[in-house]
Amino acid sequence: MRRYLTRKLITYVLAFFVGVTLDWALPHLMPGNPIQGMLSKYDVGSNASYSALYQQFSSEFGLNVPLWQQYLNFWHGVLTGNLGVSIYENPASVTSVVFQAMPYTLALLVPAILLSYSLGNRLGAAAARRKFLDNWVLPVGYIFQAIPYAGLALLVPYLFGSLWHLFPTSLGYGENLIPTFDWTFIASLLDHWFLPFLTVFIVSLGGWAIGMRNLVIYELENDSSRYLRALGASERVVRGYAYRNASLPQLSGLALQLGVVIGGNIVTEIAFQYPGLGNLIYKAISNEDYFLLQGIFIFIVIGVLLANFIIDLVIISVDPRTRLSMQGATA
Amino acid sequence: MSESTSAPSAPEVAAVGLPSVPGTESAPRNRNDFLYYGLRNKKLIFGVSLEFILVLAAIIGPMLAKNPPLQTTNLPLQHPNGKLWLGTDLTGYDLYSQLTNGLRESYLIGALGAAFASVVGMALGFIAGWRGGWVDEVLQMITNVIVMIPSLVLLIVIGSYLSSRSILFEGAFIGLTTWPWVARAVRAQTFTLRSREYVDLARLSGKRPVAIIVKEIAPNMASYLFLTVVLLFGSSMLIASSYDFLGLGPSGVVSIGWILNQAENGSALLYHLWWWFVPPVAVLTAMVAALLIANVGLDEVFNPKLRDQ
Amino acid sequence: MSVNVQNLSVAYRSRRGDVTAVDNVSFSLTDGEIMGLAGESGSGKSTLGNSLVYLDPRMKATGGKVTVDGKDLPIADNNAMRRKRMTEVSLVPQYAMSALTPTRKIGRLISDLLKSHHIKNRDEVLAELNRRLALIGLKEDVLSKYSFELSGGMRQRVTIIMSSLLNPSLLVADEVTSALDVSTQRAVGEMLLEFRDRGYIKSAIAITHDLSILAQIADSIAIMYAGRLAERAPTSVIVDNPLHPYTQALLASLPEVGVRHEQVTLTGIPGRPPSLVNPPSGCRFRARCPFAFDKCTQTPPFEEIKPGHMVACWKVSQEQHTVTAGVGQEQA
Repeated sequence: MRRYLTRKLITYVLAFFVGVTLDWALPHLMPGNPIQGMLSKYDVGSNASYSALYQQFSSEFGLNVPLWQQYLNFWHGVLTGNLGVSIYENPASVTSVVFQAMPYTLALLVPAILLSYSLGNRLGAAAARRKFLDNWVLPVGYIFQAIPYAGLALLVPYLFGSLWHLFPTSLGYGENLIPTFDWTFIASLLDHWFLPFLTVFIVSLGGWAIGMRNLVIYELENDSSRYLRALGASERVVRGYAYRNASLPQLSGLALQLGVVIGGNIVTEIAFQYPGLGNLIYKAISNEDYFLLQGIFIFIVIGVLLANFIIDLVIISVDPRTRLSMQGATA
Repeated sequence: MSESTSAPSAPEVAAVGLPSVPGTESAPRNRNDFLYYGLRNKKLIFGVSLEFILVLAAIIGPMLAKNPPLQTTNLPLQHPNGKLWLGTDLTGYDLYSQLTNGLRESYLIGALGAAFASVVGMALGFIAGWRGGWVDEVLQMITNVIVMIPSLVLLIVIGSYLSSRSILFEGAFIGLTTWPWVARAVRAQTFTLRSREYVDLARLSGKRPVAIIVKEIAPNMASYLFLTVVLLFGSSMLIASSYDFLGLGPSGVVSIGWILNQAENGSALLYHLWWWFVPPVAVLTAMVAALLIANVGLDEVFNPKLRDQ
Repeated sequence: MSVNVQNLSVAYRSRRGDVTAVDNVSFSLTDGEIMGLAGESGSGKSTLGNSLVYLDPRMKATGGKVTVDGKDLPIADNNAMRRKRMTEVSLVPQYAMSALTPTRKIGRLISDLLKSHHIKNRDEVLAELNRRLALIGLKEDVLSKYSFELSGGMRQRVTIIMSSLLNPSLLVADEVTSALDVSTQRAVGEMLLEFRDRGYIKSAIAITHDLSILAQIADSIAIMYAGRLAERAPTSVIVDNPLHPYTQALLASLPEVGVRHEQVTLTGIPGRPPSLVNPPSGCRFRARCPFAFDKCTQTPPFEEIKPGHMVACWKVSQEQHTVTAGVGQEQA
């Protein structure tokens, strides 16, 4: 277990390092100059005022020092939680803007992932033993897996919103409401939350169901299941063991799928104009708010690493091999 | 579960791969066996036929279009009718023309992405699996790190700074962010097969490593590799559609994702212009689903254990 | 008779039609008898042994009857067999190394099995389990371990203990020594004998391709070739006086201790066993047999040449009849 954890921790640290470095480096490698971009929005009169403003912004955003120092400053900012000031929401800090949007994204992601995972697994396991269930779980699962996020992000609001008028199709809550902790607001929140949640949920569901189905089928045919049957165990016992064994690779798969779900989440939020991190990214781009963009990236990277870590802990607690043997499970 | 039974997988469609062991002794060893089972596998037949039809549509479809995709017909908001098979959009563009062009582009981007990912992934996977030791550890670390970085966000960050992007760029980006899936699978199989007897024999007889990889290991992995590439192809198409939908696709290219982007921005939902987005979604779903189903069928053909007899 | 197998045939489905892996096999075991079942790979010995306990879904019993302790054993009826598995007939599988599920402790696995069989006096059984573990030198903490924590030899022994825990009348042990080193092989062999002597198992069939281990532990040996029984006799008879040409060739191909290869060249048996998809008519060993003659195109009956010694061979049969005829003539 120690070796497994050590390996994982090194990977996390490395990933964080690479993420932060990429985040800092990319804007500098790209054509264009953020300050120029900013200034182009202001109608600056004379050349003198332009260069004065340029100096001002440069020093304010720390861009007037050598590159390596900028890099270190960036790290300093990341580690102290000071990611600068958002251009778009000036003078609010990047961190505060991100924190405002984060609950919405979490409210979308966490239930969608958890529900699609557990429901998908159960469906898949059930399909593995009942042929008639299998006959429609499989094709439906494939179709769900094959639907592009963008597609669902259009179809779902169309069906449930425009056509059947069941749910609203944009924003986080009613336009005329002010965020307060009363029932009307919460109801509106849920109302606006449902369709984006459904979108993320559906695409993931198919994948888990099919994956679990295949794993359970494999487990039901392997040596340990055969032995149980040879010793007269009831099929229920055999199934229970198969399910247990199949859950482990599924868990590893969950960690791997996180990046994908986040991508889908972003697409969904943008399509629904749902005020989460994804939508924030979109706004940051439209407003050329590079600092906000960089800040969001860091947070997402941290989030992914955290989620991976949590899943690793769950795997350790469930898989005796990782816990006990000298060699860790291979991830 | 040992590594050698890990599923072939690709990001968007990771769960579909079946945990099958490559190079099993009872796998079809010759063409006849393969044809026999192949032609009888319903999933394979269905998937391949559907895909074939769609590819045909991608090739012939645009030729049957009456208008270029980005030239207005001056007849906006037309329902699908006899003249304009899929109607027109807000600006009057011929949607049939756009969709068939989109088919082509989406296939192209998908193929490019899969090609990049396969080349890089197979190379690195072979090296890691063959060499083992610290080379393997380092490569594994790199793989794990790349998988953890959410690629869509990365592309957004990059894309927002670029004024224009090409198909090649998109394909390369997709390839460079999805190769870990191929590498993982290839590495696992190389490990397994490396220790098989015939490889030891080849080594003893003094064959050079490259020759061993090409002649002994690759043929046994061929089926597994093929499955992985097929999955990757589908996955690339899906990923590309997300990028294009967000406006991060190649500039000036009409892909299915781009059409959806236009529909979203053109308030297709508000105006109930279902013919704008439902056909593209259906078509793309069919493209990917056919691949997935064919993939499963193929896996059953290669691995007798999975066949329902 | 403890176990009686009459005219048993088992086939499995393949692309090219049904393949008969076990063809019209008959034998019996007395209480306390350990019978070795030997043969080449593909001879059908594993299929035969396994079919008595758990008939793989891909296989079907195409004929014959099996009785254990006088009662019919419904090998073709999976549901009816479930109760009898582990309790009346039990199996130590060929894949014993991977037979124990990796995600449950051994003790939990065993108690789940006991629950499945609705065993009432579980505590007694578990106490007995501990006694048996101690008997073969395994510590009690084995029960709180996972299968991957055990060595190959330990896994093999744990599987044997598990399979015989409920004192079955027949234990089928499929290649229980094949994956082990020689000293562990001996330990496992002695374990089987001990279990039989103490009455934990009534009779057993030990399937193997290794005749030398059978010489140590089996009371009788049955030789199988291409799905049929070639010879069956008490162990000493097989070892000292085999009658079937195949058995003779098998024994001749075994290296002797102390013999150097300069002195004696190892001979194998030229040729290969016939395909069971389209088996040859008559005696299946015909093509490789140095004594084959024209009668061999007919299937030789598995007859009792001497008391307790069954052989399926025309040459042996003819010699025997000549002898008895001669004796008869003398007596007449």
